[in-house]
Amino acid sequence: MTMVEEPATTAPAREVGQSRKRKEDARLITGKTTWTDNMVLPGMLHLAVVRSPVAHAKIANVDVSAAQQAPGVIAVFTGRDFAEEQGSIPCAWPVTPDMVNPGHPSIAVEEVNHVGEAVAVIAARSKAAAMDAVELVDVDYDQLPVVLDMEAAVAEEADLCHDHVESNESFAFVFDAGEAGTGVDTEQVFADAEVVVSRRFVQQRLIPAFMEPRAVVVQPQGDNYTMWSSTQVPHILRLMLAMVTGTPEHKLRVIAPDVGGGFGGKLQVTPEEVISLLVAKRLGKPVKWAETRSESLMSAHHGRDQIQYIDIAADREGNVKGLRCRILSDMGAYLRLVSPGIPILGAFMYVGIYKFPAYRFECRGVFTNKTPTDAYRGAGRPEATFAIERIMDELAVELDMDPLELRRKNWIGAEEFPFTTAAGLEYDSGDYEGATQQALQLLGYDELREEQRRRRESNDPVQLGIGFSTFTEMCGLAPSRVLGSLSYGAGGWEHASIRMLPTGKVEVVTGSSAHGQGHETAWSQLVADELGVPFEDVEVLHGDTSISPRGLDTYGSRSLVVGGAAVVNAAAKVVAKARKVAAHLLEASEDDLEFANGSFAVRGTPGATKSIQEIALATFAAHDFPEGVEPSIDADATFDPVNFSFPHGTHVCAMEVDTETGRVEIRKYACVDDVGTIVNPLIVEGQVHGGLAQGIAQALYEEAVYDADGNLTTGTFVDYLVPSAADLPHFETGHTVHPAPGNPIGAKGIGEAGCIASTPAVVNAALDAVRHLGVSDIRMPLTPERVWRAIHQGGDGGDRATAGTNAYGGAQTETTAGVATDASALGGDR
Amino acid sequence: MTQINVRVDGVSYSDDVEPRTLLVHHLREQLGKVGTVVGCDTSNCGACTVHLDGVAVKSCTVLAVQADGSEVTTIEGLAQNGTLHPMQKAFHDSHGLQCGFCTPGMIMASIDLLTENPSPSETEIREGIEGNLCRCTGYQNIVRAVQQAAAEMSGTQDRTVGNGHVSLAVVDTAAAPHVAGAQS
Ligand code: FES
Ligand code: FES
Repeated sequence: MTMVEEPATTAPAREVGQSRKRKEDARLITGKTTWTDNMVLPGMLHLAVVRSPVAHAKIANVDVSAAQQAPGVIAVFTGRDFAEEQGSIPCAWPVTPDMVNPGHPSIAVEEVNHVGEAVAVIAARSKAAAMDAVELVDVDYDQLPVVLDMEAAVAEEADLCHDHVESNESFAFVFDAGEAGTGVDTEQVFADAEVVVSRRFVQQRLIPAFMEPRAVVVQPQGDNYTMWSSTQVPHILRLMLAMVTGTPEHKLRVIAPDVGGGFGGKLQVTPEEVISLLVAKRLGKPVKWAETRSESLMSAHHGRDQIQYIDIAADREGNVKGLRCRILSDMGAYLRLVSPGIPILGAFMYVGIYKFPAYRFECRGVFTNKTPTDAYRGAGRPEATFAIERIMDELAVELDMDPLELRRKNWIGAEEFPFTTAAGLEYDSGDYEGATQQALQLLGYDELREEQRRRRESNDPVQLGIGFSTFTEMCGLAPSRVLGSLSYGAGGWEHASIRMLPTGKVEVVTGSSAHGQGHETAWSQLVADELGVPFEDVEVLHGDTSISPRGLDTYGSRSLVVGGAAVVNAAAKVVAKARKVAAHLLEASEDDLEFANGSFAVRGTPGATKSIQEIALATFAAHDFPEGVEPSIDADATFDPVNFSFPHGTHVCAMEVDTETGRVEIRKYACVDDVGTIVNPLIVEGQVHGGLAQGIAQALYEEAVYDADGNLTTGTFVDYLVPSAADLPHFETGHTVHPAPGNPIGAKGIGEAGCIASTPAVVNAALDAVRHLGVSDIRMPLTPERVWRAIHQGGDGGDRATAGTNAYGGAQTETTAGVATDASALGGDR
Repeated sequence: MTQINVRVDGVSYSDDVEPRTLLVHHLREQLGKVGTVVGCDTSNCGACTVHLDGVAVKSCTVLAVQADGSEVTTIEGLAQNGTLHPMQKAFHDSHGLQCGFCTPGMIMASIDLLTENPSPSETEIREGIEGNLCRCTGYQNIVRAVQQAAAEMSGTQDRTVGNGHVSLAVVDTAAAPHVAGAQS
């Protein structure tokens, strides 16, 4: 008798590189998905959170009596009720030893520090009853001054965002290449420079706006608690919940079922997750919390929000000499999981692909009475890429050079890899010229430049511009030792195990936690190749701390590069174990065995073969097994990368600007990305498109705006402009392939590239269209209003927010060549 | 409470609903039709799109009582006898989804679009699904999917409908033989 079925398909020569259609689609296109909010448990109570309508106040009194009397309401809890057990939302990344963390209660106890902060929670029989009761909670607030503008917040005598800390500064982080030994003295370089260009760039506040609103379900079973959450990080969440609430880690199980997008926005340990666990514990009943979109936009963490003061030094021939970056990074009201680390993830990327002899980076983390910021697709690297790619264009203008020529003169040559930059990172592989040539062809560069010339000469009201972004990023977070040196609270490895089932089917357990990236498909391809089993015979399990006990989850373009590498290594161990069994069964020496297409064959003995799937059955039976070998060919692997990987690419945008209306429209967008080995071109392509959409949206559409009282005025999808299909162009995409040497797959990571690269290309294109009209900067997003103002009134288009609120009010951008003075200490006013 | 009779995905239901209950909440909470999802509270995202008597509606903007006596088709009722609707198949073929949260609404809206305009241009597709937001895909593969479904549903196999682009990216594998399968 054999329990091994005929293979469902014959595996193609190699799965890696095939555009396999996704396994996960079957449930998603038929409505059979398990979103957290779909879950219903017997006796389940529904939670609704009462949120602060004011940005900064002492809580004088909370009266919950009316809410408690409301029909269907089981209980109402305030911050006081949980003060002893709620701890603080954790911040895992103290970027400096003296970083100030004001503490972050899940439900406010003494004071509220941003609009939308939780002040009470209702538990009721139905969601409607819970939401109705929210209105009945009466909170008295003694209002305090509101701190919103970062530049004002770090000035002398500023009002305080938290009155129990000394200033609004959380940390001041410095990287100096001269001190680190990776470059020469920056100050000296600037003092000696022939040309210095200085700019102030604003990275507006963005909202990740994943399409599935967050939801949490907690089920108590005795002293065990199972939490389902729409999270990117079930493993981190479990650990942190244990540490924050004192619930023993082994009594907690966290499940991320189908998760509808994250983009960094679900890389968090949220107040609502802590609250749900505490209420379930207190009441001994299953509970569910599911947010509305308005709640999500207001209280889930935001992203970006930096002011960047960038100085670049060069000689007259266009050789860059030094780069100096001073960053104000808005933390919002509290430090969340990795809030302080976001700008630090960018700290080493400001030099981009260029050979700067000198580099200095300073970043101050600033508290304001706004929603906390944290990871959003790219996390620090889009900000860095924007700054360097924008300032390179400004330098080109200053030098009267072609922007591409300036880049070419300074970028790392294909023959120079591996190359250690002034920021101390060792870039692994690539060919910037090759990607650029291909991108220019895809765009039809020469014709568009010609058209630009024609439009300019004829004074066409619609002008054309072309903008570049020749970028790299660091992916595959992260070598644990590097994270340790940056004081991050965890490692950067990933875990996988492979279980060979008796019927020859394969279960792959991964510590990555997909939420749209297609791991089930891509991991199946990897394993099909390594084990020589059919793609269909592989099942990928993830996102449940009981099924996948070890993992560090999905963010930072790490899943394939780190998690996939663990899968490949585990498969290699399975083959090594199976080899021993095969040798025994085939009565041959291990050295005489060849493994190919899923079978061991004895060299020189035709017909003597055993498939790995047959060996799985023989291992299950264990009747005839080699002496002293345990009857299992299952294997685990943990992969800790030795270096980051460095995808790169050239993005080119052609932009039409209507000088009469200020309307901008992307005429054509072409990009060529090098993401190393491509496992599934279909999935990679999708990641590029999605990243581009978000990067372009930062340039053109999205901005979280606060009014002077600290209210989010873009609190619904009516005002926060997530682009629709009609707002985005068709993308012309291509790839070059230089495998990453740092992992067995050769992959570099693709989750964030499009988002990191595209924003400066778009802004550079718009500026290229109107620079001859005297415009040298336009603030993002490039709304028609701003573009029109920049063209017709000068300046950078100005603030969309109420004056003086959104931290973008201060200095103007301007350029003057010259030498650094004290006056330029926090801004390029030369 | 008001009693309503609604036929959903071929099954008749008779239920008492509160006057304020939205159709989407009735579908999800009373009928267990959780394939249809809620993505916003301002009728912007389209995640909740279903067909009400054959026409696409955002079920978060329809009261359950307004659906009394009507026929509703959700994403769960689209496949017939285990065979996917051409639009479902096209989304799968073209990788028109990533996280899949927008997908039920996107598919329902796209079918409605083709009912009105069986061979839309790329621009018409983009404008036709403007009321449905997707945060993952950048829409390009959704457009491709709708083009494929349009071709299939109108019986032509010409996938370059309108001003469409259907090809995948150019992959230059010259520097990487392993991508093409030459690596051992
Ligand atoms: S949930 Fe109906 S449009 Fe967003
Ligand atoms: S696939 Fe995720 S929102 Fe569309």
